[in-house]
Amino acid sequence: MKNTLPESGPFFARDRDWHPPAFAPGYKTTVLRSPQRALISLDGTKSEITGPVFGHNTIGEFDNDLIINYAKPGEMAIGQRILVHGRVLDERGVGVAGALVEFWQANAGGRYRHKKETYLAALDPNFGGFGRTIADENGYYWFRTIKPGPYPWPNGVNDWRPAHIHFSVFGHGFAQRLITQMYFEGDPLIWICPIVKTIPDEEAIKRLIAPLDMNNTIPMDMRAYKFDIVLRGRRSTFFENRKEGN
Amino acid sequence: MVQPLNYLKESPSQTAGPYVHIGCTPNFTGIHGVYETDLGSGPMYNDKTRGERITIRGRVFDGSGTVLKDALVEIWQADSDGFYNSPSETRGSADPNFFGWGRCPADMTTGEFVFETIKPGKVPFRDGRLMAPHVTLWIVARGINIGLQTRMYFSDEEAANAEDPVLARIEHRVRVPTLIGKREGDTVTFDIHLQGENETVFFDI
Ligand SMILES: [Fe+3]
Repeated sequence: MKNTLPESGPFFARDRDWHPPAFAPGYKTTVLRSPQRALISLDGTKSEITGPVFGHNTIGEFDNDLIINYAKPGEMAIGQRILVHGRVLDERGVGVAGALVEFWQANAGGRYRHKKETYLAALDPNFGGFGRTIADENGYYWFRTIKPGPYPWPNGVNDWRPAHIHFSVFGHGFAQRLITQMYFEGDPLIWICPIVKTIPDEEAIKRLIAPLDMNNTIPMDMRAYKFDIVLRGRRSTFFENRKEGN
Repeated sequence: MVQPLNYLKESPSQTAGPYVHIGCTPNFTGIHGVYETDLGSGPMYNDKTRGERITIRGRVFDGSGTVLKDALVEIWQADSDGFYNSPSETRGSADPNFFGWGRCPADMTTGEFVFETIKPGKVPFRDGRLMAPHVTLWIVARGINIGLQTRMYFSDEEAANAEDPVLARIEHRVRVPTLIGKREGDTVTFDIHLQGENETVFFDI
């Protein structure tokens, strides 16, 4: 008998009190976009515990380098050069090998490259603002970018988003699918942001704040921020092979 | 004292925001030249894929009945024999010509999402009973704090739907039709309502 159990169990139940609730009126758009009825609870079936696997051939050579992936040849994006790195783990502390991590962000002035973006800050002609990578066998990932600027947004009269990077992550099961945001250590806007404050627990908010990582900072080049992402853990499948009818 | 469990906590979710497309479907927003194509775009089948070709179309509505024009929808489904193309699929191997995953941003004018796919086969529930053919959906947008998980079943599968162990779990039977895509010819229409009288059933999975 093998000592390693197949990775085919359902995931740990999601702690819904740790995540932001759907209805969080401080973030006004949630008011009409939040389901009002109770979610139907369902222990994961094959349809949720399985998920797509993205091969390394999906990813281009410079997809994880936002400083140059949109820049004209020989040019670079303007801004504070940073390395963002960390691990994709699951709740058991196990690295999620092969996780697809996608990220997007505003430029150094706080402006997104998007048709519907209206902020008056300048566009950087050499900055697209997105990238992606696949975590290695230990769940480790990294990318190079410039530090995004904070930006104002229409919610309250004077609401500003702290500097942040959006992350979309695929683990091994579709039930692990997660979108979140990374914030930067020391930013005073974090604690007054209505979107951050949809998360009820201060401890949970701290899990989204990347610390400055001087050990991985490259002298005379770029500072590093470390950001670990935790996806749901998988249950062991001790009881998966019971006989039919049990 | 007892031993500590030492589990980590899942990273808390945050909204995908209004610019999710920049990161997930840049070509759709008009940013070309970085990714050749947007991940998950285009038909989910090729010439060799087994199964019946269908088109899934739908829109996402908010509590005022307004269509969301900034939603992003992903689907995940089994192949025509009911196998998932995933290492966690332990029962057999799926059609190598069917990846099973698709991603579509809502149209910026009409709010419509479209998936060209195949009709999935039946997949067993945990106790071995067969679930009716269904597609799993994940919906994110500005104003949605954590991705919404739901399923679409098929209106031409009345008998299988009646036996489906997940649909059977829904106490308020009047809500079951919110999970049934309406099939007309090769098109299956599935609108999603975030709130209101026809609020779609969402799952905590
Ligand atoms: Fe943002």
